Amino acid sequence: MRGKYVIAGVGHTKYGSLPGRSTHSLHAEAVRNALYDANICKSDVDALLVKGPTSAPELLYGQRLAESLGISPRVGGVWDQGGAANASLIGYAAMAIEHGQCEIAVVTFADNPKTGDRSVYSRARGEGALFGWGGVPAGYAMVARRHMSELGTRPEHLGAVVVNSRRNAAANSNAQLRNKPITLDEYLARDYLVSPLRRDDCALVSDGAASVVVMSARRARELKVQRPVPILGFGQGQTSLDIAQRPRLTSTMASSSAATAFAMAGLKPADIDVAQLYDCFSIVVLMTLEDYGFCKPGQSGRFVEDGALEVGGRLPINTAGGLLAETGMPGMQLIIEGVRQMRGDAVTQVPNAKTCVISNQGGVMHTHSTLILGN
Amino acid sequence: MQADSAGPESEHVAAYHALRDGKLTYQRCRDCAHCWLPERTECPGCLGNRIDRLDACGAAKLVSWVVYHHAFVPAFADSIPYTVGLIELREGPRLISNIVGVDDPEQLRIDQELSLQVTRRRSVDVPLFTPSTARDGRYK
Ligand SMILES: [Zn+2]
Repeated sequence: MRGKYVIAGVGHTKYGSLPGRSTHSLHAEAVRNALYDANICKSDVDALLVKGPTSAPELLYGQRLAESLGISPRVGGVWDQGGAANASLIGYAAMAIEHGQCEIAVVTFADNPKTGDRSVYSRARGEGALFGWGGVPAGYAMVARRHMSELGTRPEHLGAVVVNSRRNAAANSNAQLRNKPITLDEYLARDYLVSPLRRDDCALVSDGAASVVVMSARRARELKVQRPVPILGFGQGQTSLDIAQRPRLTSTMASSSAATAFAMAGLKPADIDVAQLYDCFSIVVLMTLEDYGFCKPGQSGRFVEDGALEVGGRLPINTAGGLLAETGMPGMQLIIEGVRQMRGDAVTQVPNAKTCVISNQGGVMHTHSTLILGN
Repeated sequence: MQADSAGPESEHVAAYHALRDGKLTYQRCRDCAHCWLPERTECPGCLGNRIDRLDACGAAKLVSWVVYHHAFVPAFADSIPYTVGLIELREGPRLISNIVGVDDPEQLRIDQELSLQVTRRRSVDVPLFTPSTARDGRYK
């Protein structure tokens, strides 16, 4: 599979507040842009793989969307895996094409929680209603506290992740927080939202859509696709949905996801030039660095010190600002930035980058998916 | 994250049934001895359905905790700042609850000993936990 399939085109809408736009409308714009980028016709698309809108689940959403887009796909539907779904669907697209089920797949995501209904994000969970246990940040805060108390991770380490994303977003005219760089001291002075996390540790809430086109490298040559980016590896892993049921809080099946992807790519962490790590909350980046093998368990805090995450540092990450500062969209923006890095036309470009690892995840570090791109 | 489909009413009922005579109960499989919470009709270890309900002794430890400074749950807005802990019972099952009787929750420690304190709150008996020192003046 290594390098046999490519991301042939990428497209997205503006990010942030897009009032009055349905998710179908947002999808249409992103898919139109992705097809234009790949320079192919909509009639060539025979698979439509969709990550459903998180804030408004709907039966047969993938089929309704296909109708709106005027596509009758051979393979189509919604894959429910939370924030891991976009990367997973790209892997499924490659496998489906490999086995003759389709030839050209569009993988797409749209949601409008910022101007639409976002109550799903703050509802109390299960018995939690009795204890005031609700809100997505609290689950991540529970994990962060254990990581900090057990392994010595400090607020400064969470802050290093935040500062890096905000600096990279400042160079990105598409970023929602393009005018909000933050220093480590400013971060540390912020109030807690749910301690030990501050608001700056949490993903943005965003409207928007993003899409990619997947096909074989051979088909891309036939169609004269200008800038195909090879998919070198992918993998998945899932940890307990309920964090109370996890025997350990400080590591997840991200490790198995990455191991699968690295094995397919024939690469190891030291071979990676740039990473786009799912940063819905700063703690996730630290744990992903450990689970992926960029550092030893418990060492991510030290790893991110001294500018390691900047371009020129040990491992530049989230070069467009990620979920913390570009857009809170769950995952596709990271894949698109990975594609830009491999094409060499990112705004904050890592010079001569030849490999990029991307992580996507959902739930509270429950689902995980890894993608490795090359050039 | 998908929200739980069960409404507050069914959650209260489930919590009520986990408490019996002021004691927190958990489930244990007769076939494989696996112990767990929350309530299930089949054992998540072996999928069997021969299940006993046992009383927890009340001793527990703190796996992790958070302190709410924002009203994510409107019904708890007046309680801010309040502490939610992930608790492991001595018998093994883990659950989420409030840690009470603590002056400065930032000074709690992972793995510290806790004691069960069943409390009637908002007309529902709930299993709360308090540091063993705060309750007894000494560690057990
Ligand atoms: Zn059993």
